[in-house]
Amino acid sequence: MSDYILEMNQISKEFPGVKALSNVNFKVKRGEIHCLVGENGAGKSTLMKVLSGVYPYGTYEGDIVFNGNVQKFNRISDSVDVGIAIIYQELALFPDLAVYENIFINNEIQNGGILDWNEAIVQSKQLLEKVKLKVNPEILIKELGVGKQQLVEIAKALSKEVKLLILDEPTAALNEDDSENLLDLLRLLKEQGITSIMISHKLKEVIAIADKATILRDGETMCTLDASKGEVTEAAIIKNMVGRDIGKIYPKRAKKEIGKKILELVNWSAYDPKIGRHVAKDVNIHVKQGEIIGIAGLMGAGRTELAQSIFGNAKNYKLQGDLFVDGMLANYKHTSDAIKAGIAYVTEDRKGNGLFLLQDIKSNISAGNLKGISANGFVNENEEIKVAEEYRASLGIKTPSIQQLVGNLSGGNQQKVSLGKWLFVSPKLLILDEPTRGIDVGAKFEIYTVMNELIEKGMSIIMISSELGEILGMSNRVYIMADGEIKGVLSSEEASQEKIMQLATQ
Amino acid sequence: MNLLKEAKQVVKHNIRDYGMYIALFIIMVTFTILTDGLFMSSRNISNLLDASGYIAVLAVGVMLVIVIRHIDLSIGFLAGFLGAIAAILLLNGVPVFIVIPIVLVLGILAGSVTGFLVAKVGIPAFVATLAGWLIYRGAILLVTERSGTINVDNEAFNAIGNGYIPSIAQVGGLHLLSLLLGAVGILLYIFSSINSRKNKIKYNFDVVSKPMFIIQLIFVSTIIAYFTWLLAGYNGISWTVVIILLVVIVYHFVTTKTVIGRHIYAVGSNPEAAHLSGINVSKITFLVFGSMGMLSALSGILFTARLQSATTTAGTLFELDAIAAAFVGGVSAAGGVGKVTGAVIGAVVMATLTNGMNLMGVGIAPQYMIRGGVLALAVIFDVMTRRQKA
Repeated sequence: MSDYILEMNQISKEFPGVKALSNVNFKVKRGEIHCLVGENGAGKSTLMKVLSGVYPYGTYEGDIVFNGNVQKFNRISDSVDVGIAIIYQELALFPDLAVYENIFINNEIQNGGILDWNEAIVQSKQLLEKVKLKVNPEILIKELGVGKQQLVEIAKALSKEVKLLILDEPTAALNEDDSENLLDLLRLLKEQGITSIMISHKLKEVIAIADKATILRDGETMCTLDASKGEVTEAAIIKNMVGRDIGKIYPKRAKKEIGKKILELVNWSAYDPKIGRHVAKDVNIHVKQGEIIGIAGLMGAGRTELAQSIFGNAKNYKLQGDLFVDGMLANYKHTSDAIKAGIAYVTEDRKGNGLFLLQDIKSNISAGNLKGISANGFVNENEEIKVAEEYRASLGIKTPSIQQLVGNLSGGNQQKVSLGKWLFVSPKLLILDEPTRGIDVGAKFEIYTVMNELIEKGMSIIMISSELGEILGMSNRVYIMADGEIKGVLSSEEASQEKIMQLATQ
Repeated sequence: MNLLKEAKQVVKHNIRDYGMYIALFIIMVTFTILTDGLFMSSRNISNLLDASGYIAVLAVGVMLVIVIRHIDLSIGFLAGFLGAIAAILLLNGVPVFIVIPIVLVLGILAGSVTGFLVAKVGIPAFVATLAGWLIYRGAILLVTERSGTINVDNEAFNAIGNGYIPSIAQVGGLHLLSLLLGAVGILLYIFSSINSRKNKIKYNFDVVSKPMFIIQLIFVSTIIAYFTWLLAGYNGISWTVVIILLVVIVYHFVTTKTVIGRHIYAVGSNPEAAHLSGINVSKITFLVFGSMGMLSALSGILFTARLQSATTTAGTLFELDAIAAAFVGGVSAAGGVGKVTGAVIGAVVMATLTNGMNLMGVGIAPQYMIRGGVLALAVIFDVMTRRQKA
């Protein structure tokens, strides 16, 4: 039998218009803890979805060799059957069921077709002991904290005699103590012969725990570092994570005089009662007229949440601290208040909460400012068509007609429709959340050009982005967020990919 | 030949919109053949339209509720209850022109209560309106408990459900004012079609070729003319039909031409995006339930006037008939899609089925099954054509 428990050879996976993985090689030795590291969008999650059968055999190229056998998973249960368990960041637990019910869900202990819950409780106790979790298996999941819930997930995996445990950012939502416990547990499981793959953004953890670390970038394997040879260092990881060629894809913009402060946050905190923690803590940032400020950070850093807390508190967080817009203290009750004050927010998730996919282009563009094209409550459709045609021309929306349904457009054109919608509101401050995610290089360039034009007209922009290239290429100033906090601010002169990544992975 | 090809294209592209009309046409022709023409008689068509009135107005209201991703089960008994209130007020000598506004306002209030529970308190509409269903059912029993059926002898009120617009004069045995109204309708239709075509040409949108356009105009005008002629051959256009037309015109206009209408569809197609676009989602929810309450009241008035009495069981199952009509009329359960005209046609389709099968002497048991089958077919058709488009 080979030394490797898992070999993924030459894996390629394409989505319409994007090559998510190209010829990725990923080998994991039996009994090691192997970390998988990379920027957002580097392909880590896609690779794990290929491995677990979320993307079934045939939708990718290359092969997966697990335990010496080539595997062709058609569905997730196939990968579970051979002993692969994935624990996602979004835990797959049922909050209203008891711990033991969760552990044995879809793997119930039966006795002639009748469920044997007593046996399940007994076995749960043993499993919980293995993961060092001291709770009564009969209490409900929702009564446990996230850290303990994670341990239940691991116990669940152990109940299925897992050979390879995959953890997707297990510590992202945990505090320091819980994180430390989890890492200890991984070491313990390693002693019991369980191999783990851990995806993580926190380099300190990677360095502390990894036997090996494989770094992905833009869907390709950069290298695999070996801890026993002393290769797993922060510098080495960051060097391989970043370093994308910035080149000429960022259009120059004319030097623009920076004006007064448009927006300022003072000790701004947002608490999300739904998840019971702060999504933004003690944030102090400001934006001046004619500036593009970048907000960098990794997934889950709280960037989108911060933006939405500014934009009329769209998610009903409990807010603390002061928001000044144009030097005046602002207290927005509804998104419409923020829009009135001249703030616009282009969402990260175009399809989910940005656009009306079943409606046509013109209705989408006018949706934020129907007042602008109506009199006495009646929509002037001729005016609407005129406006939509203007944005179609100025933003270069490629479509046969503005009556086309937005759901039928490509990602880049959808993004332009989103932009058009918010430009029609004629804001002073535009918040762009991942403005170029999932769109091709040509369309990106066009969007950067539009951003520069807007700045020249005196607008200000907050750009949230996971692409370090565009953060560096476009921003006057970069704030780096992690764990809901601003970890640092760099001017465009001092900012570099390495420095940003260092702050973002704290 | 070319024209035929274009006709095919037009039908294919608009199959979702035309599907219902085609279905209605086929159903009507089938019944006409099966009943030896009895179905298409003036008297029968007139009755059919009057009988579908109280469901049609409910269907329009509930269509909008479904568009914003909610449901309202309380509308049937609310209609029955408010109909009884109208009867009681009339019995106590309150004049008709006061009774009607009072009942409509009560409807709006009742709808607002539902709106409050759904939009502000956050109770699922299904549960909130199920509670309403029980409450209004009890309320009908409460007000009719002592008297049983309340008879209404106010002629002006009963005319709403049974009367016809005055004829002015009879022309060759036909109802003159109805004919005039039909002619006005045709002219308005032709005028607005030409106008919108001109507009589309101005903005370089695709329009059908001129001969095709003229064929469409002639086709629709003929249909309007035919039905006008049919109605004019009996007692003319009834007040019920006038009220349905008014509701359709007002609601069609509000949903397609106003800011509020746009907001309703925006909330329905993506509530989160609507909220992030600065649209007040709870205000829209309030409004739609308020309108639902008003239309329930109208439905109650139509039904009471038609029966000339308020009964203890008035309103039973109206809500399900209305919801079925809305779905036959092409509203999408996923929200965001639905038309006022569709809901009304849906109500007419369902009424046609009942009426035609009654004429043929089909038993009540197969009638239910056939109507259920048609509802299922309509939704299957809707899902299939949607998939084709995506």
